[in-house]
Amino acid sequence: MPDPAIRFERVTKAFGPVRAVDAVSFDLPQGALVTLLGPSGCGKTTTLRLIAGLELPSEGRIEIEGRDVSRLAAAERRIAMVFQSYALFPHMTVLENVAYGLSVNGARRAAAEAEARAMLASLGLEGFEARLPAELSGGQQQRVAVARALVLRPQVLLFDEPLSNLDARLRRRVREDIRDLQRKLGLSVVYVTHDQQEALAVSDLVVVMRDGRIAQMGTPTELYEDPADAFVADFMGEANVIAGEVLAADGGRARLRVGGAEVEAAMRAHPVGPATLAVRPEAVTLVDAGGVPGRVARAAFLGQTREYEVETDAGMLFVIAPASAPAFAEGAAVGCRLERVIPLRG
Amino acid sequence: MGALSLARIALACAAFGLLIPPWYGLESGFASWPGGEAAPLAVLLAGGAAWWLWPVPLILLASAPSLLAHRAEGRLLIACGAGVIAWVFLQGWAIGLPGTVWSIAAPFVGDASQPALGWGATFLLTGAVGLLSAGLAAQGRFNGDAFVSFLVVGSAALLIAFVFAPLLTILSAAAVEDGRIAPEAMLARLTAHEAWSLACVTSSLGCGVVWNTLALATLTGVLSTLLGLAFALLSARANLHLGGAFRALAILPLITPPFVVSLSLIVLFGRTGMVTEALSALFGIPRSRWIYGLPGVLLAQLLAFTPIAYLLLEGAVRQIAPSLEEAASTMGARRFTVFRTVTWPLLRPGLAAAFLLGFVESLSDFGNPLVLGGDFDVLATRIFFAIAGARHDPGRAAALALLLLGLTFGAFALQTAWLGKRRYVTVTGKGDAGVPSPLPRGLAIACGAVAFPWMAFTAIVYAIIMLGAFVHDIGRSDMTFTWRHYITAFEVEWFQGLVFRGAAWDSLFTTIEVAAISAPLTAGLGILLAWLLARQAFPGRRTLEFLAMLSFAIPGTVVGVSYIMAFNVPPLELTGTSLILIICFVFRNLPVGVRGGIAALAQIDRSLDEASATMGGGAVATLRRVILPLMRPAIIAALAYSFVHAMTAVSAVIFLVSARHNLATVYIVGRVEAGEIALAIAYSSVLILIMLAVVLGIDKLVGRAQIGRRAPAGAMQTAPVPVTA
Ligand SMILES: Nc1ncnc2c1ncn2[C@@H]1O[C@H](COP(=O)(O)OP(=O)(O)O)[C@@H](O)[C@H]1O
Ligand SMILES: [Mg+2]
Repeated sequence: MPDPAIRFERVTKAFGPVRAVDAVSFDLPQGALVTLLGPSGCGKTTTLRLIAGLELPSEGRIEIEGRDVSRLAAAERRIAMVFQSYALFPHMTVLENVAYGLSVNGARRAAAEAEARAMLASLGLEGFEARLPAELSGGQQQRVAVARALVLRPQVLLFDEPLSNLDARLRRRVREDIRDLQRKLGLSVVYVTHDQQEALAVSDLVVVMRDGRIAQMGTPTELYEDPADAFVADFMGEANVIAGEVLAADGGRARLRVGGAEVEAAMRAHPVGPATLAVRPEAVTLVDAGGVPGRVARAAFLGQTREYEVETDAGMLFVIAPASAPAFAEGAAVGCRLERVIPLRG
Repeated sequence: MGALSLARIALACAAFGLLIPPWYGLESGFASWPGGEAAPLAVLLAGGAAWWLWPVPLILLASAPSLLAHRAEGRLLIACGAGVIAWVFLQGWAIGLPGTVWSIAAPFVGDASQPALGWGATFLLTGAVGLLSAGLAAQGRFNGDAFVSFLVVGSAALLIAFVFAPLLTILSAAAVEDGRIAPEAMLARLTAHEAWSLACVTSSLGCGVVWNTLALATLTGVLSTLLGLAFALLSARANLHLGGAFRALAILPLITPPFVVSLSLIVLFGRTGMVTEALSALFGIPRSRWIYGLPGVLLAQLLAFTPIAYLLLEGAVRQIAPSLEEAASTMGARRFTVFRTVTWPLLRPGLAAAFLLGFVESLSDFGNPLVLGGDFDVLATRIFFAIAGARHDPGRAAALALLLLGLTFGAFALQTAWLGKRRYVTVTGKGDAGVPSPLPRGLAIACGAVAFPWMAFTAIVYAIIMLGAFVHDIGRSDMTFTWRHYITAFEVEWFQGLVFRGAAWDSLFTTIEVAAISAPLTAGLGILLAWLLARQAFPGRRTLEFLAMLSFAIPGTVVGVSYIMAFNVPPLELTGTSLILIICFVFRNLPVGVRGGIAALAQIDRSLDEASATMGGGAVATLRRVILPLMRPAIIAALAYSFVHAMTAVSAVIFLVSARHNLATVYIVGRVEAGEIALAIAYSSVLILIMLAVVLGIDKLVGRAQIGRRAPAGAMQTAPVPVTA
């Protein structure tokens, strides 16, 4: 078993009274793309900066590939970081930017530039070597920033919200590029984002953070299908969180009482009794009768899908149905068939 | 940089200082090296001399073994560094040139005596500071970065030695009489009749010098603010397209030695001046000496300081968001009502800042009162005469200096309070659309009626300086053309090579040399300090910032007095050298470099530093390859500022020049005292042209660099730039 790429042991970072990162422990495997996901201010950037060595932990221990780096400054760690603003040096050409890390680490100028050229070429940036960063588009700047980070062959590559400065159409392509590159080179990558879709699309492993702590950690599927609590369920895509009672659940299917009605749904094993349940909007099918009875309060046609808000005894349910399914008008009485239900812990 | 490498370099530096350069300051040069007067400490000790310095090499030696074994032991290095520094200074104070100064040392060293510390000691102390810093870094201070540690400790040591300690010296000088501490003498000096007398209220006698100073400063503050406001309103709100003319007018005083306008005033209004002659011939108005005294000094200070008020207030006027005024006028207010109810209240903080700036400038001005004061003494000149006059009395000078210091600190405290509070009215100018409302008609006429005559007057004053250099005796209206003054000052001859025969060459060369050496030192230290203060977090940062900015608030006269008191005797004896001039300029001009640097760093995103760090760039590499190149404009501005200032300053250095190292400004003042006005004017015109060339050259180099004596645009948010008069 190789050492984890990064290990946090009860790492705390306090800024005065604020504990931006609060006794966090985790192991991140090598060669994986891990995202740190969470709402703004939850401590993602601070966690990333702790890995980079731009902040030193107030308490706890940080290891990179088995080596204790807790007290090492950024310059002494073998990490590379792509900053949210890219932080390209405005007074250096693209080539000089990429060769910078090599030359401050003692490489000779010619060797550094040759290696930088090769890296630029491999990222499709040949021909841009002599330009200044200001003369590049946002996407190109981003690739230069990646080239500058990769050329040092870091143990870990860090991205802080790398897509936030790109326009919407470019985002999908760039995030795919990052993922392809990570797979091709087998890099260990830690990637910060507040966008749940982005996290689901690229990650091997997602760490959901909340108020400086880890809310849950797992693969995208695990987090989506089996969120630990209402916060994660809601954060990992929309979820209707409702109160209900488990009448029987033996793995696979369950019988539940929701809003006075008795229904059957796919659900993992759970003890009998009252429970908090999460239902994804697309896991509800609207029918004329059956399931949890309700009334359509609002209906909207979005092209590929229809969205409904349905008033039930268990509360308002948000439902997304394919456009091909039968349509219901506002005010119509409907039944909500729960296809899949997630019991939440706590 | 790691602690170990710093410690090794430091030890090598200290060892060099021990073995090679002369330990003591030299009177007659290196000739006797390696023995005699120029002997290094190692030779002295080997010969049995200065045996009380034996602990120095021994302490150094103690740090060597662990360093050779590749270990940097924090505690040991701190102890060694601090030990060497402490021992060198303690023995230096205890055993002076006349013999033992501290009687407590007498039983041990007998009547030993020694001169001041020299280059050997300088290297050794630098090494000791390095060891101390390496020790601190090895203990994990400054994030373990020895380079940062060395910069902080080193600059703190320099600031303490050359800014803070001299101030303390004044304090102690004021409290010492006949070689003993006498608090009652200090009290008597601080409350002396000459300072506080109110005789002028009830009789024809002059008032105390404190009242004179305050009266002059208040008048200068109020009038320069009003004049500046007239200019600011016209240039920002009257659509007259006078920006160029105003700016030219504003920049002239910045590159002129501050007392030069006084010369021009004498030429115009002196007893035999042009205007005086004309009035006497045409209207039979008797000649008088009215210009020598409060009116003359006030006029000169207004000419010199109004441009500063203008620059500051123009910024303030432009910062008022037009939309606020528009809002008022859409509510039906008339133009004058808008001005009275919206514009004026928003301007008030700016006015207060301009007033305090003029006030402080006037307090610190030395050249104008010296040239035009006559019997009207202010603190700055009285201090000078207490040192340089017939009645040499350092205690009295020190007490007067404390009074002046109290006044300036008071004004600065007021200013800080004001500027701190004014944030709530600051209105962002950016992105706020709308056309500024034009001035009410009556007000525009009033401003014009004040500003245009004043502008014409200023133009005449400067024209006199350029003209006076080319005529026989402008002071007595003898207007025949001549090169005579330039020949006296700047004659060159070919006699087996170029011979600079002119009387002014010596001082001009010294001035340029001192300015050219001190400018890069000022800019370098200033920018490094700015980087430390803006980018590094370490305990004591606020204190370091205070020390770095302290000389802002110290009038030049006080600096001059404190330097001759602090650096006149061993162990630090610098008077009479050109080094003391350089040091004086470096630390006087430092705050501007620091502030410019901090402002520039605020524009450079921190992520650039961090990116460099994540790529393996240490503090040195990041600074050299990323930060400094991006700070180039600020560095050049700091260079220009300190160069120009070193060329125009007079107040501090008039105490510090010597026959061998005289400066242009001091030489000119001397010519004025000797009545050679024309020669003084000729020399001044050359200085102005040199400065103009420097300023314009730099302007070309970096676009519109801010070389103003006081940074105009930023002046609203930050403390004002100090005085060099
Ligand atoms: N240098 C700092 N000084 C003080 N507080 C900070 C600092 N950096 C971050 N914080 C605080 O720590 C918390 C987490 O910040 P951050 O890690 O930037 O969150 P995120 O990247 O998830 O939005 C926030 O409350 C933030 O205000
Ligand atoms: Mg963030």
